[in-house]
Amino acid sequence: MKRLLLLLAALPLLASAQQLTVSAAASLTDAFKEIGPRFEAAKPGAKLRFNFAASGVLLQQIAQGAPVDVFASADQETMNRSADQQLIAVGTRRDFASNTLVLVTPPDSPVKRVADLALPTVKRIAVGKVASVPVGRYTQQALEAAQLGSAVSPKLVFADNVRQVLDYVARGEVEAGFVYRTDAEVAKDKLRVVAAVGGHMPITYPAAVVAGSRQAALARDFVAFLGGAEAQGILAKYGFGKP
Amino acid sequence: MPTDLWSQFDAAPLALTLRVALVATALALVLGVALGWVSARTKLPGRGLLEAICMLPLVLPPTVLGYGILVLMGRRSVLGGWLREHFDYTIIFNWHGAVIASTLVALPLVLKGASSAFAQVDRNLEAAARTLRQSGWSTFLRVTLPLAWPGILAGTLLAFARAMGEFGASLMVAGSIPGQTQTASMAIYDAVQAGRDDLALMLALVVSAVSVAILLLSNRFLQRTPS
Repeated sequence: MKRLLLLLAALPLLASAQQLTVSAAASLTDAFKEIGPRFEAAKPGAKLRFNFAASGVLLQQIAQGAPVDVFASADQETMNRSADQQLIAVGTRRDFASNTLVLVTPPDSPVKRVADLALPTVKRIAVGKVASVPVGRYTQQALEAAQLGSAVSPKLVFADNVRQVLDYVARGEVEAGFVYRTDAEVAKDKLRVVAAVGGHMPITYPAAVVAGSRQAALARDFVAFLGGAEAQGILAKYGFGKP
Repeated sequence: MPTDLWSQFDAAPLALTLRVALVATALALVLGVALGWVSARTKLPGRGLLEAICMLPLVLPPTVLGYGILVLMGRRSVLGGWLREHFDYTIIFNWHGAVIASTLVALPLVLKGASSAFAQVDRNLEAAARTLRQSGWSTFLRVTLPLAWPGILAGTLLAFARAMGEFGASLMVAGSIPGQTQTASMAIYDAVQAGRDDLALMLALVVSAVSVAILLLSNRFLQRTPS
Protein backbone atom coordinates (compact mmCIF):
# COMPACT_ATOMS: atom_id res chain seq x y z
CA MET A 1 0.00 0.00 0.00
CA LYS A 2 2.78 2.35 0.99
CA ARG A 3 4.67 1.55 -2.16
CA LEU A 4 1.55 2.19 -4.21
CA LEU A 5 1.05 5.58 -2.60
CA LEU A 6 4.67 6.43 -3.30
CA LEU A 7 4.17 5.42 -6.92
CA LEU A 8 1.04 7.55 -7.18
CA ALA A 9 2.86 10.51 -5.68
CA ALA A 10 5.66 10.09 -8.20
CA LEU A 11 3.31 9.87 -11.19
CA PRO A 12 2.93 13.60 -11.80
CA LEU A 13 6.72 13.96 -11.68
CA LEU A 14 7.16 11.24 -14.26
CA ALA A 15 4.44 12.76 -16.36
CA SER A 16 5.94 16.21 -16.44
CA ALA A 17 9.53 15.09 -16.91
CA GLN A 18 9.59 14.02 -20.54
CA GLN A 19 6.01 14.02 -21.66
CA LEU A 20 5.36 14.98 -25.24
CA THR A 21 1.85 15.84 -26.42
CA VAL A 22 1.30 15.19 -30.11
CA SER A 23 -1.83 16.55 -31.83
CA ALA A 24 -2.28 14.48 -34.96
CA ALA A 25 -4.81 14.30 -37.80
CA ALA A 26 -7.47 11.60 -37.24
CA SER A 27 -6.26 9.66 -40.28
CA LEU A 28 -2.92 9.09 -38.52
CA THR A 29 -4.55 7.36 -35.53
CA ASP A 30 -3.48 3.76 -36.15
CA ALA A 31 -0.02 4.44 -37.57
CA PHE A 32 0.89 6.87 -34.76
CA LYS A 33 -0.34 4.49 -32.07
CA GLU A 34 2.24 2.04 -33.39
CA ILE A 35 4.98 4.62 -33.92
CA GLY A 36 4.54 5.95 -30.35
CA PRO A 37 6.00 2.95 -28.46
CA ARG A 38 8.92 2.74 -30.94
CA PHE A 39 9.80 6.37 -30.26
CA GLU A 40 9.52 5.81 -26.51
CA ALA A 41 11.85 2.82 -26.85
CA ALA A 42 14.34 4.89 -28.82
CA LYS A 43 14.22 7.75 -26.27
CA PRO A 44 14.21 6.27 -22.76
CA GLY A 45 12.20 8.43 -20.37
CA ALA A 46 10.11 9.99 -23.10
CA LYS A 47 6.35 9.53 -22.81
CA LEU A 48 4.07 10.29 -25.73
CA ARG A 49 0.49 11.45 -25.42
CA PHE A 50 -1.65 11.58 -28.57
CA ASN A 51 -4.60 13.82 -29.31
CA PHE A 52 -6.38 12.78 -32.50
CA ALA A 53 -9.00 14.95 -34.24
CA ALA A 54 -9.63 16.76 -37.50
CA SER A 55 -6.64 18.97 -38.38
CA GLY A 56 -8.76 22.15 -38.30
CA VAL A 57 -9.99 21.30 -34.79
CA LEU A 58 -6.42 20.65 -33.61
CA LEU A 59 -5.36 24.01 -35.03
CA GLN A 60 -8.14 25.75 -33.07
CA GLN A 61 -7.08 23.99 -29.86
CA ILE A 62 -3.46 25.09 -30.35
CA ALA A 63 -4.59 28.63 -31.20
CA GLN A 64 -6.55 28.69 -27.91
CA GLY A 65 -3.40 27.74 -26.00
CA ALA A 66 -3.66 23.97 -25.63
CA PRO A 67 -0.34 22.59 -24.25
CA VAL A 68 0.76 20.76 -27.42
CA ASP A 69 4.36 20.00 -28.48
CA VAL A 70 4.00 18.54 -31.97
CA PHE A 71 1.31 19.20 -34.58
CA ALA A 72 0.83 16.76 -37.47
CA SER A 73 -1.76 17.92 -40.01
CA ALA A 74 -3.39 16.07 -42.92
CA ASP A 75 -2.97 19.00 -45.27
CA GLN A 76 -0.66 21.88 -46.06
CA GLU A 77 -3.40 24.50 -45.79
CA THR A 78 -4.06 23.94 -42.09
CA MET A 79 -0.31 23.99 -41.39
CA ASN A 80 0.00 27.19 -43.47
CA ARG A 81 -2.68 28.75 -41.29
CA SER A 82 -0.83 27.75 -38.12
CA ALA A 83 2.37 29.22 -39.57
CA ASP A 84 0.51 32.45 -40.43
CA GLN A 85 -0.68 32.67 -36.82
CA GLN A 86 2.89 31.95 -35.62
CA LEU A 87 1.72 28.86 -33.76
CA ILE A 88 4.57 26.64 -34.99
CA ALA A 89 8.32 27.08 -34.47
CA VAL A 90 10.05 28.46 -37.55
CA GLY A 91 12.10 25.95 -39.51
CA THR A 92 10.70 22.82 -37.82
CA ARG A 93 8.07 21.97 -40.43
CA ARG A 94 8.62 18.77 -42.36
CA ASP A 95 6.48 16.60 -44.69
CA PHE A 96 6.51 12.94 -43.62
CA ALA A 97 3.74 11.12 -45.52
CA SER A 98 1.26 11.28 -48.37
CA ASN A 99 -2.13 9.73 -48.99
CA THR A 100 -4.80 9.07 -51.62
CA LEU A 101 -8.46 10.10 -51.63
CA VAL A 102 -10.82 7.18 -52.31
CA LEU A 103 -14.55 6.76 -52.79
CA VAL A 104 -15.91 4.06 -50.47
CA THR A 105 -19.36 2.51 -50.20
CA PRO A 106 -21.13 -0.11 -48.11
CA PRO A 107 -21.11 -3.51 -49.91
CA ASP A 108 -24.74 -3.15 -51.04
CA SER A 109 -24.50 0.39 -52.44
CA PRO A 110 -25.62 1.24 -56.02
CA VAL A 111 -22.49 3.38 -56.48
CA LYS A 112 -19.98 1.77 -58.88
CA ARG A 113 -18.07 4.87 -59.96
CA VAL A 114 -17.82 8.55 -59.02
CA ALA A 115 -20.41 9.67 -61.61
CA ASP A 116 -22.99 7.36 -59.95
CA LEU A 117 -23.16 9.78 -57.01
CA ALA A 118 -25.63 11.82 -59.09
CA LEU A 119 -28.06 8.85 -59.27
CA PRO A 120 -31.41 9.46 -57.54
CA THR A 121 -30.99 6.20 -55.57
CA VAL A 122 -28.00 7.79 -53.83
CA LYS A 123 -29.57 9.72 -50.96
CA ARG A 124 -26.67 10.50 -48.64
CA ILE A 125 -22.93 10.93 -49.14
CA ALA A 126 -20.63 11.39 -46.14
CA VAL A 127 -17.80 13.91 -46.42
CA GLY A 128 -15.62 15.81 -43.94
CA LYS A 129 -16.67 19.32 -42.92
CA VAL A 130 -15.11 21.60 -45.52
CA ALA A 131 -14.07 24.34 -43.10
CA SER A 132 -12.25 22.20 -40.53
CA VAL A 133 -11.58 18.71 -41.94
CA PRO A 134 -8.89 18.39 -44.66
CA VAL A 135 -10.50 15.34 -46.29
CA GLY A 136 -13.64 17.45 -46.73
CA ARG A 137 -11.63 20.09 -48.55
CA TYR A 138 -9.97 17.53 -50.83
CA THR A 139 -13.40 16.00 -51.50
CA GLN A 140 -14.88 19.36 -52.43
CA GLN A 141 -12.03 19.98 -54.89
CA ALA A 142 -12.48 16.50 -56.40
CA LEU A 143 -16.26 16.88 -56.77
CA GLU A 144 -15.86 20.26 -58.43
CA ALA A 145 -13.23 18.82 -60.80
CA ALA A 146 -15.69 16.04 -61.69
CA GLN A 147 -18.39 18.71 -62.18
CA LEU A 148 -20.62 16.97 -59.66
CA GLY A 149 -20.67 19.82 -57.14
CA SER A 150 -24.24 21.02 -57.66
CA ALA A 151 -25.70 17.54 -58.31
CA VAL A 152 -24.48 16.05 -55.04
CA SER A 153 -24.43 19.03 -52.67
CA PRO A 154 -27.98 18.41 -51.28
CA LYS A 155 -26.91 14.83 -50.43
CA LEU A 156 -23.82 15.68 -48.41
CA VAL A 157 -23.60 14.81 -44.72
CA PHE A 158 -20.72 16.61 -43.02
CA ALA A 159 -18.68 14.64 -40.51
CA ASP A 160 -16.41 15.89 -37.71
CA ASN A 161 -13.38 13.97 -38.98
CA VAL A 162 -12.41 11.31 -41.49
CA ARG A 163 -13.03 8.48 -39.04
CA GLN A 164 -16.65 9.56 -38.66
CA VAL A 165 -17.08 9.44 -42.45
CA LEU A 166 -15.69 5.92 -42.31
CA ASP A 167 -18.12 4.97 -39.53
CA TYR A 168 -21.16 6.28 -41.42
CA VAL A 169 -20.17 4.21 -44.48
CA ALA A 170 -19.31 1.10 -42.45
CA ARG A 171 -22.72 1.26 -40.71
CA GLY A 172 -24.47 1.61 -44.07
CA GLU A 173 -26.12 4.91 -43.06
CA VAL A 174 -24.92 6.53 -46.30
CA GLU A 175 -24.57 5.19 -49.85
CA ALA A 176 -21.03 6.51 -50.23
CA GLY A 177 -18.28 8.51 -48.57
CA PHE A 178 -14.87 10.01 -49.28
CA VAL A 179 -11.95 8.94 -47.07
CA TYR A 180 -8.22 8.36 -47.37
CA ARG A 181 -6.99 5.02 -48.68
CA THR A 182 -5.38 4.36 -45.29
CA ASP A 183 -8.73 4.72 -43.50
CA ALA A 184 -10.48 2.46 -45.99
CA GLU A 185 -7.77 -0.11 -45.24
CA VAL A 186 -8.68 -0.07 -41.52
CA ALA A 187 -12.32 -1.02 -42.19
CA LYS A 188 -11.88 -3.00 -45.40
CA ASP A 189 -14.08 -5.90 -44.29
CA LYS A 190 -17.09 -3.60 -43.90
CA LEU A 191 -16.85 -1.53 -47.07
CA ARG A 192 -15.83 -1.46 -50.69
CA VAL A 193 -13.25 0.85 -52.23
CA VAL A 194 -14.81 1.98 -55.50
CA ALA A 195 -12.12 4.23 -56.94
CA ALA A 196 -9.17 6.43 -56.19
CA VAL A 197 -10.29 10.00 -56.81
CA GLY A 198 -8.18 12.73 -58.39
CA GLY A 199 -8.75 16.40 -59.12
CA HIS A 200 -7.61 17.70 -55.72
CA MET A 201 -4.45 19.19 -54.24
CA PRO A 202 -1.74 16.60 -53.44
CA ILE A 203 -2.41 15.07 -50.00
CA THR A 204 0.77 15.48 -47.97
CA TYR A 205 1.16 15.43 -44.21
CA PRO A 206 3.38 18.04 -42.56
CA ALA A 207 4.52 17.92 -38.92
CA ALA A 208 6.02 20.78 -36.93
CA VAL A 209 7.08 21.71 -33.41
CA VAL A 210 4.52 23.94 -31.74
CA ALA A 211 5.83 27.37 -30.76
CA GLY A 212 6.13 27.58 -26.99
CA SER A 213 6.57 23.83 -26.52
CA ARG A 214 8.27 23.08 -23.20
CA GLN A 215 9.87 20.01 -24.73
CA ALA A 216 11.13 21.64 -27.93
CA ALA A 217 14.23 19.43 -28.26
CA LEU A 218 12.27 16.21 -27.78
CA ALA A 219 9.53 17.54 -30.09
CA ARG A 220 12.14 18.13 -32.79
CA ASP A 221 13.39 14.57 -32.22
CA PHE A 222 9.88 13.23 -32.77
CA VAL A 223 9.43 15.17 -36.03
CA ALA A 224 12.79 13.81 -37.21
CA PHE A 225 11.81 10.31 -36.07
CA LEU A 226 8.75 10.46 -38.36
CA GLY A 227 11.09 10.81 -41.34
CA GLY A 228 13.32 7.91 -40.20
CA ALA A 229 13.27 4.38 -41.62
CA GLU A 230 11.42 2.83 -38.67
CA ALA A 231 8.48 5.26 -38.69
CA GLN A 232 8.36 5.32 -42.50
CA GLY A 233 8.12 1.52 -42.48
CA ILE A 234 5.09 1.66 -40.13
CA LEU A 235 3.45 4.43 -42.18
CA ALA A 236 3.97 2.37 -45.36
CA LYS A 237 2.42 -0.65 -43.64
CA TYR A 238 -0.76 1.39 -43.06
CA GLY A 239 -0.82 2.47 -46.71
CA PHE A 240 0.74 5.94 -46.48
CA GLY A 241 3.00 7.02 -49.31
CA LYS A 242 6.34 8.78 -49.17
CA PRO A 243 6.01 12.58 -48.78
CA MET B 1 -20.57 43.91 -34.44
CA PRO B 2 -19.46 44.17 -38.07
CA THR B 3 -22.32 44.49 -40.52
CA ASP B 4 -21.02 41.79 -42.89
CA LEU B 5 -21.54 39.30 -40.08
CA TRP B 6 -25.23 40.14 -40.01
CA SER B 7 -25.48 39.53 -43.73
CA GLN B 8 -24.02 36.06 -43.16
CA PHE B 9 -26.43 35.36 -40.35
CA ASP B 10 -28.55 32.34 -41.09
CA ALA B 11 -31.81 31.96 -39.17
CA ALA B 12 -32.36 28.36 -40.36
CA PRO B 13 -30.51 26.66 -37.47
CA LEU B 14 -32.47 28.70 -34.94
CA ALA B 15 -35.80 27.99 -36.64
CA LEU B 16 -34.97 24.29 -36.76
CA THR B 17 -33.99 24.30 -33.07
CA LEU B 18 -37.39 25.77 -32.15
CA ARG B 19 -39.22 23.32 -34.40
CA VAL B 20 -37.36 20.30 -32.99
CA ALA B 21 -37.85 21.50 -29.40
CA LEU B 22 -41.59 22.16 -29.88
CA VAL B 23 -42.33 18.79 -31.48
CA ALA B 24 -40.14 16.95 -28.97
CA THR B 25 -41.81 18.73 -26.03
CA ALA B 26 -45.29 17.91 -27.34
CA LEU B 27 -44.36 14.23 -27.68
CA ALA B 28 -42.68 14.21 -24.25
CA LEU B 29 -45.78 15.87 -22.73
CA VAL B 30 -48.18 13.20 -23.98
CA LEU B 31 -45.85 10.31 -23.12
CA GLY B 32 -44.75 11.85 -19.82
CA VAL B 33 -48.31 12.49 -18.55
CA ALA B 34 -49.38 8.95 -19.48
CA LEU B 35 -46.31 7.35 -17.90
CA GLY B 36 -46.47 9.68 -14.88
CA TRP B 37 -50.06 8.63 -14.26
CA VAL B 38 -49.17 4.94 -14.61
CA SER B 39 -46.29 5.38 -12.20
CA ALA B 40 -48.23 7.40 -9.58
CA ARG B 41 -51.65 5.83 -9.76
CA THR B 42 -51.50 2.24 -10.88
CA LYS B 43 -50.09 -0.97 -9.50
CA LEU B 44 -48.94 -2.15 -12.92
CA PRO B 45 -46.25 -4.78 -12.48
CA GLY B 46 -42.87 -3.56 -13.72
CA ARG B 47 -43.85 0.11 -13.54
CA GLY B 48 -40.79 0.88 -11.41
CA LEU B 49 -38.51 -0.61 -14.03
CA LEU B 50 -40.38 1.20 -16.82
CA GLU B 51 -39.94 4.52 -15.04
CA ALA B 52 -36.26 3.82 -14.41
CA ILE B 53 -35.71 3.09 -18.11
CA CYS B 54 -37.53 6.27 -19.12
CA MET B 55 -35.40 8.27 -16.67
CA LEU B 56 -32.14 6.86 -18.10
CA PRO B 57 -31.52 9.65 -20.68
CA LEU B 58 -31.26 12.07 -17.75
CA VAL B 59 -28.14 10.35 -16.44
CA LEU B 60 -26.67 8.68 -19.53
CA PRO B 61 -24.05 10.51 -21.58
CA PRO B 62 -25.58 11.84 -24.83
CA THR B 63 -23.15 9.64 -26.77
CA VAL B 64 -24.72 6.50 -25.29
CA LEU B 65 -28.17 7.75 -26.26
CA GLY B 66 -27.00 8.61 -29.78
CA TYR B 67 -25.29 5.26 -30.17
CA GLY B 68 -28.39 3.48 -28.90
CA ILE B 69 -30.63 5.26 -31.41
CA LEU B 70 -28.16 4.46 -34.23
CA VAL B 71 -28.10 0.79 -33.27
CA LEU B 72 -31.86 0.44 -32.69
CA MET B 73 -33.14 2.63 -35.52
CA GLY B 74 -30.28 2.83 -38.04
CA ARG B 75 -30.58 1.40 -41.53
CA ARG B 76 -29.05 -1.91 -40.53
CA SER B 77 -31.42 -2.36 -37.57
CA VAL B 78 -34.65 -4.36 -37.79
CA LEU B 79 -36.87 -1.29 -37.35
CA GLY B 80 -34.73 0.97 -39.55
CA GLY B 81 -34.51 -1.65 -42.30
CA TRP B 82 -38.27 -2.19 -42.25
CA LEU B 83 -39.05 1.53 -42.42
CA ARG B 84 -36.61 1.95 -45.28
CA GLU B 85 -37.92 -1.00 -47.26
CA HIS B 86 -41.63 -0.19 -46.92
CA PHE B 87 -41.69 3.59 -46.70
CA ASP B 88 -38.28 4.62 -48.07
CA TYR B 89 -37.92 6.45 -44.77
CA THR B 90 -34.95 6.78 -42.46
CA ILE B 91 -34.59 8.80 -39.26
CA ILE B 92 -30.80 8.98 -39.65
CA PHE B 93 -29.65 12.31 -41.16
CA ASN B 94 -33.22 13.51 -40.93
CA TRP B 95 -34.45 16.18 -38.49
CA HIS B 96 -36.87 13.59 -37.11
CA GLY B 97 -33.80 11.90 -35.63
CA ALA B 98 -33.10 15.07 -33.65
CA VAL B 99 -36.74 15.06 -32.50
CA ILE B 100 -36.41 11.50 -31.20
CA ALA B 101 -33.19 12.31 -29.35
CA SER B 102 -34.69 15.50 -27.87
CA THR B 103 -37.91 13.72 -26.88
CA LEU B 104 -35.95 11.07 -25.01
CA VAL B 105 -33.94 13.65 -23.03
CA ALA B 106 -37.05 15.77 -22.35
CA LEU B 107 -39.28 12.88 -21.27
CA PRO B 108 -37.77 12.34 -17.78
CA LEU B 109 -38.48 15.95 -16.83
CA VAL B 110 -42.17 15.76 -17.79
CA LEU B 111 -42.50 12.28 -16.30
CA LYS B 112 -41.09 13.29 -12.89
CA GLY B 113 -43.17 16.47 -12.80
CA ALA B 114 -46.34 14.63 -13.77
CA SER B 115 -45.92 11.65 -11.45
CA SER B 116 -45.32 13.79 -8.36
CA ALA B 117 -48.17 16.12 -9.37
CA PHE B 118 -50.57 13.18 -9.74
CA ALA B 119 -49.40 11.75 -6.42
CA GLN B 120 -50.29 15.03 -4.66
CA VAL B 121 -53.82 15.34 -6.03
CA ASP B 122 -56.38 14.87 -3.24
CA ARG B 123 -58.02 11.50 -3.87
CA ASN B 124 -61.18 12.65 -1.98
CA LEU B 125 -61.91 15.20 -4.72
CA GLU B 126 -61.77 12.43 -7.30
CA ALA B 127 -64.03 10.27 -5.17
CA ALA B 128 -66.47 13.18 -4.88
CA ALA B 129 -66.53 13.53 -8.64
CA ARG B 130 -67.29 9.83 -8.97
CA THR B 131 -70.25 10.17 -6.56
CA LEU B 132 -71.53 12.93 -8.88
CA ARG B 133 -71.68 10.29 -11.60
CA GLN B 134 -68.62 11.45 -13.52
CA SER B 135 -66.98 8.67 -15.53
CA GLY B 136 -63.33 7.74 -14.84
CA TRP B 137 -62.15 9.59 -17.96
CA SER B 138 -64.27 12.64 -17.19
CA THR B 139 -62.92 12.72 -13.63
CA PHE B 140 -59.39 12.60 -14.97
CA LEU B 141 -59.99 15.45 -17.44
CA ARG B 142 -62.09 17.68 -15.17
CA VAL B 143 -60.60 17.06 -11.73
CA THR B 144 -57.24 15.24 -11.72
CA LEU B 145 -55.59 16.92 -14.68
CA PRO B 146 -56.51 20.54 -13.70
CA LEU B 147 -55.23 19.91 -10.16
CA ALA B 148 -51.99 18.35 -11.38
CA TRP B 149 -51.50 20.87 -14.20
CA PRO B 150 -49.06 23.32 -12.53
CA GLY B 151 -46.64 20.49 -11.73
CA ILE B 152 -46.94 19.07 -15.22
CA LEU B 153 -46.45 22.49 -16.80
CA ALA B 154 -43.34 23.18 -14.73
CA GLY B 155 -41.85 19.88 -15.88
CA THR B 156 -42.83 20.64 -19.49
CA LEU B 157 -41.11 24.02 -19.47
CA LEU B 158 -37.92 22.43 -18.18
CA ALA B 159 -38.31 19.77 -20.86
CA PHE B 160 -38.59 22.42 -23.55
CA ALA B 161 -35.47 24.16 -22.29
CA ARG B 162 -33.62 20.82 -22.24
CA ALA B 163 -34.81 19.96 -25.77
CA MET B 164 -33.59 23.35 -27.06
CA GLY B 165 -30.11 22.56 -25.76
CA GLU B 166 -29.89 18.96 -27.02
CA PHE B 167 -26.68 18.47 -28.94
CA GLY B 168 -24.64 15.27 -28.68
CA ALA B 169 -27.20 12.59 -29.47
CA SER B 170 -28.83 14.73 -32.18
CA LEU B 171 -25.45 15.29 -33.83
CA MET B 172 -24.79 11.55 -33.93
CA VAL B 173 -28.22 10.66 -35.25
CA ALA B 174 -29.24 13.57 -37.46
CA GLY B 175 -25.81 14.82 -38.50
CA SER B 176 -25.00 18.45 -39.07
CA ILE B 177 -26.46 19.18 -42.51
CA PRO B 178 -26.81 22.94 -43.07
CA GLY B 179 -30.41 23.87 -43.86
CA GLN B 180 -31.71 20.37 -43.08
CA THR B 181 -30.61 19.02 -39.72
CA GLN B 182 -28.20 21.64 -38.41
CA THR B 183 -29.64 23.01 -35.18
CA ALA B 184 -28.34 26.16 -33.46
CA SER B 185 -26.12 24.16 -31.08
CA MET B 186 -24.55 22.32 -34.05
CA ALA B 187 -24.06 25.56 -35.98
CA ILE B 188 -22.19 26.98 -32.97
CA TYR B 189 -20.08 23.82 -32.71
CA ASP B 190 -19.19 23.99 -36.44
CA ALA B 191 -18.32 27.68 -36.19
CA VAL B 192 -15.98 27.03 -33.24
CA GLN B 193 -14.32 24.11 -35.05
CA ALA B 194 -13.78 26.25 -38.12
CA GLY B 195 -12.27 29.04 -36.02
CA ARG B 196 -15.19 31.39 -36.75
CA ASP B 197 -15.33 32.78 -33.24
CA ASP B 198 -17.25 35.86 -34.38
CA LEU B 199 -20.04 33.75 -35.88
CA ALA B 200 -20.06 31.39 -32.88
CA LEU B 201 -20.34 34.30 -30.46
CA MET B 202 -23.18 35.90 -32.39
CA LEU B 203 -25.14 32.64 -32.62
CA ALA B 204 -24.54 32.00 -28.92
CA LEU B 205 -25.85 35.47 -28.05
CA VAL B 206 -28.94 35.05 -30.23
CA VAL B 207 -29.69 31.60 -28.74
CA SER B 208 -29.25 32.97 -25.22
CA ALA B 209 -31.54 35.92 -25.96
CA VAL B 210 -34.23 33.66 -27.43
CA SER B 211 -33.97 31.28 -24.45
CA VAL B 212 -34.30 34.10 -21.91
CA ALA B 213 -37.31 35.44 -23.80
CA ILE B 214 -38.98 32.03 -23.74
CA LEU B 215 -38.28 31.57 -20.03
CA LEU B 216 -39.66 35.04 -19.21
CA LEU B 217 -42.77 34.40 -21.26
CA SER B 218 -43.34 31.03 -19.67
CA ASN B 219 -42.87 32.48 -16.17
CA ARG B 220 -45.60 35.02 -16.85
CA PHE B 221 -47.79 32.27 -18.22
CA LEU B 222 -47.17 30.14 -15.14
CA GLN B 223 -48.09 32.97 -12.76
CA ARG B 224 -51.41 33.49 -14.54
CA THR B 225 -52.31 29.84 -14.26
CA PRO B 226 -54.53 29.34 -11.18
CA SER B 227 -53.16 26.52 -9.06
